[in-house]
Amino acid sequence: MGRNQESLQRYALAVISHLLLVLAWYFFVVLGNVPKFVLPSPYATVQALLVSNYRWVENTLVTGAEIFGGYILAVVVGIGIALLFSWFRRLEMFVMPLLVSLNMIPKVALGPLIIVWFRYGVGPNMMMAFAICFFPIVLTTARGLREVEPDLLDLVRSLKGSRWQIFTKIQLPGALPYIFSGMKVAAILAVAGAIVGEFLGSDRGLGYLMLQVQVTLDTAAMFMAVILITVLGAILYGIVLGLERLLVVRDARIQ
Amino acid sequence: MSEPFIHLAGVKKIYRTRGVDFLAVSEVTFDVDAGELVSLVGPSGCGKTTLLKILAGLHSYEAGEVRIGSPTQPFDPSRDIGMVFQQPLLLKWRRVIDNVLLPAEILGLPMAESRSRARDLLQLVGLKGAEDKFPYELSGGMQQRAAIARALIHDPKLILMDEPFGALDALTREKMNLELLRIWQEARKTIVFVTHGITEAVFLGTGVVVLTAGPARMADNFRVELPHPRPLEIKTTEKFGEYSRRIYRLLGME
Repeated sequence: MGRNQESLQRYALAVISHLLLVLAWYFFVVLGNVPKFVLPSPYATVQALLVSNYRWVENTLVTGAEIFGGYILAVVVGIGIALLFSWFRRLEMFVMPLLVSLNMIPKVALGPLIIVWFRYGVGPNMMMAFAICFFPIVLTTARGLREVEPDLLDLVRSLKGSRWQIFTKIQLPGALPYIFSGMKVAAILAVAGAIVGEFLGSDRGLGYLMLQVQVTLDTAAMFMAVILITVLGAILYGIVLGLERLLVVRDARIQ
Repeated sequence: MSEPFIHLAGVKKIYRTRGVDFLAVSEVTFDVDAGELVSLVGPSGCGKTTLLKILAGLHSYEAGEVRIGSPTQPFDPSRDIGMVFQQPLLLKWRRVIDNVLLPAEILGLPMAESRSRARDLLQLVGLKGAEDKFPYELSGGMQQRAAIARALIHDPKLILMDEPFGALDALTREKMNLELLRIWQEARKTIVFVTHGITEAVFLGTGVVVLTAGPARMADNFRVELPHPRPLEIKTTEKFGEYSRRIYRLLGME
């Protein structure tokens, strides 16, 4: 009962702080007489949704596809590569330093090249999201797979357990908290990657729309686009968080 | 005269690191009968953990003889060893009962039977009612009890314990000593118990093997003629004191 009340209180406080921010924003604009092209009111921002020319639904879906596509690809490839590393130590010693060096490249700088190689569009922007969020997943997964108690390995070996048993019963479940910590970082990066991709070259998506309305100084629409991008990111993050709750025991989670 | 369950003769182990030889274990000769609880006691660096791993078949050795099992007590190295370490090493993501079942899963034992056996074992180690808890919900002593149940699940003939109570506070440790004697008598297992606690070694052991460091070798091996069951008060008896002093002398602390 007490616990329930406490969590209810936490949610209530979180909602209130968000509402207060919107309220402060509203009063700042109204009382300060701020021009709409500098800072639109919350009301004006929502009204921007009514401009059908901006094709909000389509643009949001396009950006969402880029974010989710790039992210899922990064999770699959990232975890896959980390697994290969843990199975073949030599491969890790050979490839990992290369990955570290490549990761030093600011991914944003690759944008113009990606456009040269692949034209622009949803696919190349997905690649941008992938490139920017793939490395943290490899890194944390590889680390998690390495973190096995030597005594626990002895326990399994004393029973003549196989490598596969060590992997499925100890290594992989033990690595899950690390994998999720990487996936959470990557979720935020993926959004940034997709938007940067759209800034550099695209004909659809919320990032593209922002550049269009910037020309006409429709600041309200820019605000709305930022909010929608944030919502997309929050949805992705929420899904990852939910999966973590489902798969990782509370005590093992990495905060 | 029947054959001993464990027979060690002149066992010697050398570690080689960067071309330098390091003598980890030497001159180790002792026998353990089936159903005995033998304490291996000595300072750090005396090779007691190494010796335990040799018994577990996890380490090779350079010289000597290691034989486990006898015609009356055949020994299968893949399923007759249970291990308990200083840390409980329970899997955080498994409930207590599923942690206990880990060795049964690895050995591919029938699960329904193992599960009911796991419940019995949790009752034996005093964890009745904690089957469905997660390790983080248990105290250190309770986690170690679960680890002992895990070591017993596949009904091994030999239990190897490496300072299992070393990380517990003094009072819990005394309590766990009593519990271990009770479990040992009920489960009728052969136990090799590594410790650096001299009173613990005497209190638990039917026999004590004393190892010294620098160079690592076996210094003594004697039987502890104290009756069972042993209450804590036995530590104040003259005989108990003699055994303890004997070890203190060997370790150069008297």
